This record gives sequence, C-alpha cells and structure tokens, in this order.
Amino acid sequence: MQDKPSAEKLLGAARAFLNDTAMPQLSGHAAFHARVAGNVLDILARELELAPGFNRAETARLESLLGETGTLKELNRKLCDKIATGEMDLSDEKLKIHLIKTTMGKLAIDQPRYQGYKTAKANGWPEEDSGETIK
Amino acid sequence: MGELSKEQFEERLGSICTRRFGSPIENLKRLSGGASQESWTFVCDGQAYVLRRNPRGVQTSQNALPKASEAAIISAAAEAGIAVPKISFICDEDDGIGEAYVMDFIEGETIARKILRDAEFDAVRPNLAAQCGTMLAALHNIDVSALPDLPFSDAVGELEKYAGYLKAGGHPFPVFELAIKWLGDNLPEKRAPALVHGDFRNGNIMVSPRDGLVALLDWELTHIGDPMEDLGWPCVPSWRFGQHDMPVGGFGARADMYDAYRAAGGEIDEKATRFWEILGTLKWGIMCGVLMVSAFESGADPSIERGSIGRRASETEIDLLRMLMGED
Repeated sequence: MQDKPSAEKLLGAARAFLNDTAMPQLSGHAAFHARVAGNVLDILARELELAPGFNRAETARLESLLGETGTLKELNRKLCDKIATGEMDLSDEKLKIHLIKTTMGKLAIDQPRYQGYKTAKANGWPEEDSGETIK
Repeated sequence: MGELSKEQFEERLGSICTRRFGSPIENLKRLSGGASQESWTFVCDGQAYVLRRNPRGVQTSQNALPKASEAAIISAAAEAGIAVPKISFICDEDDGIGEAYVMDFIEGETIARKILRDAEFDAVRPNLAAQCGTMLAALHNIDVSALPDLPFSDAVGELEKYAGYLKAGGHPFPVFELAIKWLGDNLPEKRAPALVHGDFRNGNIMVSPRDGLVALLDWELTHIGDPMEDLGWPCVPSWRFGQHDMPVGGFGARADMYDAYRAAGGEIDEKATRFWEILGTLKWGIMCGVLMVSAFESGADPSIERGSIGRRASETEIDLLRMLMGED
C-alpha cells in the first residue's frame, strides 16, 4: 500500500501548478507543450479512476467470446487473429457489442470531448461497463 | 553532425541567404504545426519567406520524399496552374542545415480550426469544397511521365504497408484488424495511375478570407497511385475538426467537391472514395497508435506532443466502427 497523498491528489496538484503558475508565464511553443502536458495529466487522472474496472469488464467479455482465459494482451491478440482470418466479424452481435464497449471505454479515458464519442453516445452506443459486478 | 541549436541554425541560414540573396535575415520564427517537419518564417531584403526542413534523426513519415524531389513536384504543379508557393531554392549538403528548401511566404491561414470557426472565413467557406475538387482535378490531370521519379503506391500497396506497420508494432488493435479485413475484401477497381498529393486535407491547404483556397502545401507524401485517394483523405473524420456533419474537411459536402471535380474533367468512383476514406482513417489510426508511439518510446522524439498523439488512436477506432457499420 502506498502512503498519502494519493496519486489522484498529487496529479491534481501538478495540474493546478501547470494551469495557475506555469502556463501564464509561457508563450509560443512552450505554452503549446504545457497545454498538451495538462491534457496528458487529465488522461492519467481518468485512467487511474476508470481503467481498473474497464479492464475487468473487457477481460470478462473476451473470455466469454473466446472461451479461454489469459491476460488482456493475450486475449486481444487471439481476437485479432480470429478477425484477421474472418472467423469472427461484425455479424456476430456479441463481438459488435464488445468492440463498441471497449472503444467507448478507451475514449472515456483518452478523449471524452472527441465529437465521434459524443455522437456515439447520442446515438445510444453503450458506455464501457464499470466492471464492478464482475469478479 | 547532431541537431543544430536555434542559434547555429539561424547563423547558417543567415549566411546561406547572404550568399543567395545578398542580404542577411531578420525575424526568424518557428511556426507551430507540422508534427513531422519544421517550418520557419523569416524576412530577407524586405521579402518574407518560409523554410521547410526535416529535423535530423526524426523519421515519422516513413514515406516522406527527399526535400529536393518535393520542391521539383511543387514547381511542376505550379506549371499546371495549381496554386502553390514559389520555390526560391533548395538547400544542398554544403549549406549544413539538413534537408530543406525555401519558398515565398503566402498570406493566408492553414490552421484548420480557424478556417472552420473564424468569422472572416464565413464568406469563402461554402466554396472551399468545390475549390478543392477543381484543384484536385488539375493535379490528377498532370502527365506523370514528365515528372521526376516518384514512389508508386496504390490501394493494395498502401493497405499492405500499414498492415505491416501494425504487425511490426505488436500491440493488438481488434478494430484495426476488422478494418484491414474489410478493406482487403473491398479493394477499388484499378484505374490509370495519377499524381497523388497524398496529404490533401484541411490543415495542409492555405485559405484567405478573400479568395478561399490560395495554396496547396505539404507535398512530402506525394506519389503515383489512385487519384481517388486524394478525394477520400480530406473526408477522414479526424480532419473534420469537430464539424462532423461537413464531411469535406469540416467545411463542405462531398457532392460539392465531386461535382467540381467532374466539371473540371475528372472521373469519380464513389466506391473507391469510400474505400479511401476508411483506409485513410485506418492509416491515421496506425500513425498515431503505432508509428508515433514508436518514435516516442524509442527516444527518437521523446516530446510530450509526440507521446500524447498515441492516445488519439482510439478516436479513429470509434470512427472506423461507425464506418464499418455503414454510418457516415
């Protein structure tokens, strides 16, 4: 167990420093990179909060789709092989829902403001599961 | 030779311009934008110039032309009546600033979001898609036999190249695999090879508030191939910059670009343009999720900008899923 302050709190402090102290003193390329650095901290904060549950949900779906167990990377590799050979495609409703939810989960962390993500939500695409009910 | 400091670069560029133009340079400024190459502006003898340069040791566009070939193609395009900046000179090895060329500065905007949002472009925006179609028809009409040697890459070649990058990267992307399978099953019909710009999109065109499209820039990916590639790439969702309902660059309708292309003598294959839109989305996804990540992780470009682009791969995954389900 790590001691306090928590990773979330430390990230928040780094973010506040960038926004309130560093950025007002920067211009040109450095200011641009500071903005990018701020966005990266936001990604990390969302990843800390959401990724553990998302990964549990994704793993459970992959195990059910493929009928085997393994690490997320191994399972995703196997899925890639099955898609590449044409053994699985979007006519498989279970695969379709899996890919939608997994991708929605990536966007919720990487880029929640991306228009394609907002459009997908407005069109009723399901969000990634929180993984809480999955052991 | 390692990478030059800004001071060394400025000193060398100064002596190059003194030799060629008989005057020192002033006001050297790095332009932001252009992740894979540098652009600088400067003034020499009262005239404004732009210098384009490949930074040493960083290779992110693996297909980029040598700067000298790029400059030769721009001159050929100018002869065909395509709006491009005039090339002043191409730097040689003795100049000691790497691969670079200098061209006249043109007044106009290249930042996509400004072109889409700033009120000063309201009047020209509705015509931009048609101007793109007219320009592309002229470009694709250039006699390729008269050009310097260029790489050839058509649908099969581009698909194989990017599938190869994905495989070599090793990270699994199930949605990219799905797109590769669909593209392999839906290859466009072969047509006569043409000069393809290869990076024709909002962000690489210069727009003025008075005349609309005033220059086509960024010729480093020019090749011989399927002209429909240039009509698909500007419609890739990532190049709509948030204006999803305007497929061409976030500013226009496909029909406006296609009609102008046809009116200027071009022939459109809409199955092929759709293929290239989907392949273009996949390519940008693999550039972000594989090539940029590899440049970042290898230390070739450890910048926060390069690293964070890797996390834009997911935007292309959601776009690809939507496209593969038959949505726009």
